[in-house]
Amino acid sequence: MLPLVAQRVALGLLTLLAVSVLVFAGTEILPGDVATAILGQSATPEAVEAIRRSLGLEEPAALRYWHWLAGFLHGDLGNSLANGRPIIEQLDFRLKNTLFLASAAASVAVPLSVGLGILAAINQNGSFDRIVNIVSLSAISLPEFFIGYVLILLLAVKLDWFPSLSAISPEMSFGERLYDIALPAATLTLVVLAHMMRMTRAAIIGVMSHPFIEMAFLKGLPRWRIIVQHALPNALAPIINVVAINLAYLVVGVIVVEVVFVYPGIGQLMVDAVSKRDVPVVQACGLIFAGTYVGLNLLADILAILSNPLLRVPK
Amino acid sequence: MRLLGHRLSGGAAVGFAIILANIVAISFARWIAPYGEADLVGDVWAPPSGADWLGLDNLGRDMFSRLLFGGQTSVSLALLITALSFSLGIVMGFTAATTNRWIDAALARLVDIIMAIPQLILALMVLSVLGTSIPVLIGTIAILDSTRVFRLSRAVAMNITVMEYVEAARLRGEKLWWIMRREVLPNALPPLIAEFGLRFCFTLLFIASLSFLGLGVQPPEADWGSMVRDNATAINFGGIAPLVPAAAIALLTIGVNLVVDWFLSIHGRAHGEGA
Repeated sequence: MLPLVAQRVALGLLTLLAVSVLVFAGTEILPGDVATAILGQSATPEAVEAIRRSLGLEEPAALRYWHWLAGFLHGDLGNSLANGRPIIEQLDFRLKNTLFLASAAASVAVPLSVGLGILAAINQNGSFDRIVNIVSLSAISLPEFFIGYVLILLLAVKLDWFPSLSAISPEMSFGERLYDIALPAATLTLVVLAHMMRMTRAAIIGVMSHPFIEMAFLKGLPRWRIIVQHALPNALAPIINVVAINLAYLVVGVIVVEVVFVYPGIGQLMVDAVSKRDVPVVQACGLIFAGTYVGLNLLADILAILSNPLLRVPK
Repeated sequence: MRLLGHRLSGGAAVGFAIILANIVAISFARWIAPYGEADLVGDVWAPPSGADWLGLDNLGRDMFSRLLFGGQTSVSLALLITALSFSLGIVMGFTAATTNRWIDAALARLVDIIMAIPQLILALMVLSVLGTSIPVLIGTIAILDSTRVFRLSRAVAMNITVMEYVEAARLRGEKLWWIMRREVLPNALPPLIAEFGLRFCFTLLFIASLSFLGLGVQPPEADWGSMVRDNATAINFGGIAPLVPAAAIALLTIGVNLVVDWFLSIHGRAHGEGA
């Protein structure tokens, strides 16, 4: 089992490296380089040349990639083109905010959706199952901003329970911040809930056709016990996989949700940077998002290996 | 009610009705819309009334008329991009499945790396370099989306290329293009059609999200996503203006999903069931 895990980790690191190359290549080698982006299309060639020199753009791409990656690993993300300040200054506070929002949403969404998925499987083809099916099919079709604005309209404007904008600051206490992010966290939860629940249910029902389940039925065990004790442990690998995929999706969904609630996270920062064409900031945010995404998928692979009873027992 | 020799489920009937209504409303927008796209007809964010039954938008334009014209942009962009990504993805997928191992391995690795990064992140990075314009938007999303189509069409084609009739065609000396078009494509069609519906929904949502972020369709052009963005602040006064275009997106997506669900159920396994 250990070599299998080591193999996955190695593969994950390789993917990360490939992703970093893609992030770098995507923003550096495409036409319209950083120098012309700063100065605009009408800049004189001399001015472009001067900027290129000061940014080190005349070095070969491979060397620049190496400097960029090495800097990134040391926490030096370069300077923003828009205001010339180090990117890390803006990123630090915002990254913590984004992680706070995403983990708050995940800690509600994961237990809730797995629990509801199990309930739906126990009650297969019953009324609860059918309602869950219809609701989740519609929820998959809803854009994040639709859910967000409906929640704002109902819970913030009409009922006035929660703030409609989540402008949190470092001085606020944990409780205040938690209250402030209630609506964005709820939106994110609703976005991933349906899919996770549907796949949990499908994973359990997939296991239900095995002979050992039939055996348990013939022993006369009640349906809920068969599902919780016999089917669930064997459906763990696909469930973990689905949870990880959705957490990874949350990383992306957070971008739109942050914009809806004007939340100071890195999603918002990235969107602003894209519209200002501030390439280094976009690269830094992109690499963080992509790295988290790859990392979560890697974690899912490893947990799925660990949860497989066949792989846990030494041969 | 029956369609293609199969009984139409209740959900599918609703789905078809939604899609049909959208097609009619969007194609005949010029005749259905009570006002022009840019006509100012009243107060900013006036609530729904008898004359303007979805209310007015952030400049006092009729929401219902804007919705019809915005739909033209949203739906035609989504259709165009999905068609492009399918052409690209299917050709790549079938090529990978029918030619030699090396091309297959090279394409598969490339797609793996692209798919290791969330699509939105990649799209944002490309837009930051190339700037936002409709051709860039179409090209970027179509290429990114074709990786998903590549995966599916390759997997489906793999199962078909080992069939005797493909072998027979090869032995007859048919060209690769002919085999892909005449032997593989017709047999791979059902899963690809279902995927087309799902990819269309995804693209519709994706363009809307980009426009909502201010990075998609730019004014004076409008689509459903940018309409949500333009009207966003109305929500703080209890207005429903941003919800109208968002609901239009959601409704069309639900309609397509319902039809895809039905289509998958008559062609084997249901959506999201089993492996």
